[in-house]
Formats: sequence, structure tokens, C-alpha cells
Amino acid sequence: MHIEPGFWIWPLIGGALIGASAALMMALHGRIAGISGIVSGLITGDRAAWRAWFVGGLVVGGLAMFALQPAAFTLSADRSLAAVAVAGLLVGFGTRLGNGCTSGHGVCGIARLSPRSIVATVTFIATGALTVLVIRSVLGGRI
Amino acid sequence: MKSLTLFAAGLLFAAGLAASGMTQPAKVIGFLDFFGNWDPALIFVMVGAIAVNFVALRFILRRSGPVWGASFGIPTRRDLDARLIGGSALFGIGWGIGGFCPGPALTSLPTLATPILVFVVFMLAGMALFDLMENVRLRHSSTTPS
Repeated sequence: MHIEPGFWIWPLIGGALIGASAALMMALHGRIAGISGIVSGLITGDRAAWRAWFVGGLVVGGLAMFALQPAAFTLSADRSLAAVAVAGLLVGFGTRLGNGCTSGHGVCGIARLSPRSIVATVTFIATGALTVLVIRSVLGGRI
Repeated sequence: MKSLTLFAAGLLFAAGLAASGMTQPAKVIGFLDFFGNWDPALIFVMVGAIAVNFVALRFILRRSGPVWGASFGIPTRRDLDARLIGGSALFGIGWGIGGFCPGPALTSLPTLATPILVFVVFMLAGMALFDLMENVRLRHSSTTPS
């Protein structure tokens, strides 16, 4: 375990902003701020404008943060493009089959104490941890 | 106004992801490395997000409905099925390989970094593939007498 003093402050602030965004989506629009669900609608049929507005905000927000703090977007994981492609496919397919990702299940669902979301979150953290373990200890840390 | 609040919610979400460290795949992989050099920082992202949303929901759901729209779109299912668990398991494997989940990947699009572009294209392809298979499955089950 490596820990620096105050290491939890920015994660906590960032998390609070994410929670505030999710609360805003529910209070104003009655919608779950689940990114995989919102985005998949845009490509697979329901191309409702509200989805595009939210995703637009997400991308423009990313642009602003990248301009202000490029270090927040450091890509330093030892992953080949082929591995990244496989990861993308699994994330896209898996979040649709499982009806949500880190935001829809992990943030919105757990805040509602939904049993489905709690099980989903425990599952993806467990298989994620197992995958990282296998990559590091069996495959030498690089794929 | 309605559209602008959606846009603002997206901005806020992106700011939170970037501030929290979620847009750095090495940090995500470090968080998932429970059995190695574990980096617990991202636990606090979940704690912050869930706490704020949990408290806010107490107040929001007392109202008769959202400001715009007829009702709160809260999922009502409570059953645990193989699709939920299998899908989440696949997602977790992809998350561990790449260090990206959907929100941070889309937020990182403006960096135009090759791994981000590749990840997002394949993620959308994975979603489209699921949709395609689902349509085939539904068409098949609707033509098969039950």
C-alpha cells in the first residue's frame, strides 16, 4: 500500500461533484446518471436530445479540465493498444448486459441501496481486482 | 434551460472525474490491485459520490416528481439474474485490463490520445454488438411458440 498525506482529499471532492451531478439529474430530469446507459442510447436507437446534452457536457467538461490540469489525464498504464481494444469491447458489452457501470450501479444504485447495484458493484470490483492480479503476477504486468 | 441543466450536469460529472483521479488508468489499476501495491485513493471517490447522492435523494424523492418529466425514473427490479452478474463480471475484466470505465473514457476524449480513441471506439462497438445480439435473440424468441 502506498499512501501520501491528504491523498484522499481530491478523490473525495471529485466524488462529491459526481454525486452532485447524479442528484441534479434525478431532481431536475428524473434520470439516473448512468454513463453507459446514457451513451448506449445514442448509438443504438433512442437518440433523444437529453442524452446528447449530457454527453456533450461531459466531453466539454473534459476539454476544460484538460486545459486547466493536463496531468489529471496522465496515461501511464502498461497496456498495449490491442489490450485497450479488448478492454473497450468488454466494457461496452458488459455494461449493457449488466445494465450499468461504475456510475449507474456504483454511484446511483448504491445510493438507493439497490440490491442489484450492490451485487453488480461487488462483482465488477472483484473481477477487476482478479484481472489486475493475473496481469501483474502471471503476465508480468504488461499486456 | 432544460438542455442547459443537462449540459451542466455533464460538466459537473466530468470535473468530478478529472479531479478525483478516475481519468488516470494507472490510478484505477492501482486501486484494483488489492493484493499488490494497493492505492486506496479511489475508495474516497465512491464514498464522496454515494454520500452526496444518498443524502440528496432523501430530499429529492420526497417531491412528487422531477422539475421536468412526469416521474422519477427509478429502476424497480430487485432480482439478481445471470445477466446482471455476468455482464458486471465482463465489465470488471475490461476495467481491470484498460483502467477505464465509460465516464472517464468519454471525459478523456478531448485529449485525443490514441489509447482513449481506441477504447471509446471499441466500447461503442461492444454496446452496438450487444444491441445486435439482443435484437436477434428477441426476434427469435418472438417467433418461437412458447
